[in-house]
Amino acid sequence: MKTVNIVIAGLGGQGIVKASDILADAAFRAGHDVKKAEVHGMSQRGGSVNTDIRYGSQVLSPMVPDGEADVLVTMDVTQIENNRYRLKPDGKLLSSECLKDFEHGPARAATVAMLGVLSACLDLPEDAWHAAIRGALPEKHHAMNLAAFAAGRHAGIAAQSSGRP
Amino acid sequence: MDDTTDRQLLNGDEAIALAARDAGVALGTGYPGTPSTEILEAFSALGGHAQWAPNEKVALEVGLGAAFAHARALVTMKHVGLNVAADPLFTVAYTGVEGALIVAVADDPGMASSQNEQDSRRYAVAAAIPVLDPADSQQAYDFTALAIEISERWRIPVMLRITTRVSHSKSIVTRRELPKPAAAPHYVRDASLRVMVPGNARRAHVRLREKLEQIRIWAEQPGHGTLLHAAVVRPDNRGIVAGGIGVAHAREAAPASDVLQVAMPHPFPAAAVRAFAAAHAACTVVEEGDPVLWEACRLADVTVPPAPAVYRFGELSVTRVRRLLAGETAPEPPPPAGKPPQLCAGCPHRAAFELLRDRHCIVSGDIGCYTLGVMPPYQAIDTTVCMGASISAGLGLRHALPPAEARRVVSVIGDSTFVHSGLTGIVEMVYNPPPTGHIVLILDNGTTAMTGLQEHPATGRTLAHQPAHKMIIEDVVRAIGVPNVLVVDHVADGNALAAALDRAQADGGLWVIVARRPCLLAAAKIKQYATPAA
Repeated sequence: MKTVNIVIAGLGGQGIVKASDILADAAFRAGHDVKKAEVHGMSQRGGSVNTDIRYGSQVLSPMVPDGEADVLVTMDVTQIENNRYRLKPDGKLLSSECLKDFEHGPARAATVAMLGVLSACLDLPEDAWHAAIRGALPEKHHAMNLAAFAAGRHAGIAAQSSGRP
Repeated sequence: MDDTTDRQLLNGDEAIALAARDAGVALGTGYPGTPSTEILEAFSALGGHAQWAPNEKVALEVGLGAAFAHARALVTMKHVGLNVAADPLFTVAYTGVEGALIVAVADDPGMASSQNEQDSRRYAVAAAIPVLDPADSQQAYDFTALAIEISERWRIPVMLRITTRVSHSKSIVTRRELPKPAAAPHYVRDASLRVMVPGNARRAHVRLREKLEQIRIWAEQPGHGTLLHAAVVRPDNRGIVAGGIGVAHAREAAPASDVLQVAMPHPFPAAAVRAFAAAHAACTVVEEGDPVLWEACRLADVTVPPAPAVYRFGELSVTRVRRLLAGETAPEPPPPAGKPPQLCAGCPHRAAFELLRDRHCIVSGDIGCYTLGVMPPYQAIDTTVCMGASISAGLGLRHALPPAEARRVVSVIGDSTFVHSGLTGIVEMVYNPPPTGHIVLILDNGTTAMTGLQEHPATGRTLAHQPAHKMIIEDVVRAIGVPNVLVVDHVADGNALAAALDRAQADGGLWVIVARRPCLLAAAKIKQYATPAA
């Protein structure tokens, strides 16, 4: 299987690393080889945070080569242009701006809602996503985040069938 | 990460911790530093005995003591921490160890969170110890186990060198049963081995070189110090000699080339690399950082072209390795700039840097979150070199500058950095006071914030956030002999720090001002630790 490449970009404090952990774990649970790269440290202080997630039958480098991302997910409008070079020419940009179009619960579940939107573009089984969300978050936050994920997934599937990005 | 499953998705730091746990490592010690910090946190979470030391020198000395007692010890730090620990490193190579001593050092090529991008493999060569250089989390696990085996077999400390993309990348790790220590900790007296007076040390140096020679011969066996990753498509007869994360990038960038991973850059398995090179029409070296493998190849009479200078800087990637292999030497287009980090909204450091900026102070700064005081709108830091240099470099500025300028110099240091390397600066200040006096501002936010809120001796809690003896910073500086010590909460009382600086600047003597206010990110956790469990 060809390696699937995803870049998630946002700002420190938005839960970008947590979101990448959930995606990587969902792919792992689905039986794929997985690698994930990120930069910590300074990034905690409100600066740009990028994470690369790759899965397939065998993944070598943990970083998505420039111009090879199948999907770029951005959690802040300021992080679109500086990350566009990561996308392959026919790659898909998923901006958190789309969250304005549907109800997804509280703001702190926005990143998980975006994972729901992303999930509509990927071939990972829904139960792997659910298990990964449960595994990454404390139990008291499961219901809120599973609901946000479902809302995002629903909106993502609707957008796919209507041909919108 | 958990202790019950055999196959998990882990970052390199967690994989090292898991291997240490599986191999029965008795003690983990270190000082926090990105990207190494998670090793001891994970080791503690797995039930291992892990502790933060005041600095890396102390950590390595605690570790070597444990290894003298036939225990297995793991010492962790970032690359610049090894500068601090270099003194014991060079001589514990001579004494050797009875148990295992593993020094896990995390390099930061590209300086995501560091002040330089020094290459720790150079230290392994200089200190004459073996170094292992894993490429992913599985190798981080396997090489930790191998490092323990080598350390015990040859009674020598072993460096485990990792880089940001190994530490902070996740990949799948499969655990296995690892051999446990052969004996419980105990002491066997042999001063000739462990007291490095010249007569003993001369013999120890000869012994060390003999060990390294034996290890090199071992490493030259196929699959020991080198690992062959054969081309996955029809081979192009090009060979790539690679190390660390460069192996992963090279295998992806050149699927038609055979890649020989140098798992042990020192002692260099020259015969294995020479045989690989002889079997290929041409060879290229792919490595992040300094040209360590390249130089070793040249010394071994392996013909390899030097990498163009541009690849010496920053991290490698598949994109950059493709350029390198294509022989491109032109400067690379810089990636689009992201948003730089800044002091958090509501961070107590902000008020301090506003004051220093408005007073036109010459600020001798230090390493921590507060280094971000150099960013707009503050631009209130003039120098940052290394841990603790704020105080000593500030004294040097005071000694050299004419009085009017000297009086503007203020040293600014955080609480964890003060414990790490600030104490000796205070001793210097009272011993050799500048004619204009000096002012040291300790920004005490109650945590090691920059690396992710770790404890230290002045928080009064252990690595696992359990109560411990608390070092009182103001008591220590008074005891050293600083005549004027003030403690203020500059957030609760907006004028307190300005008033303290007024007094200190007017007086011209030696002053330490402790501005104490918990880090905004840590405050809730600190309260939680202080509340006894119900």
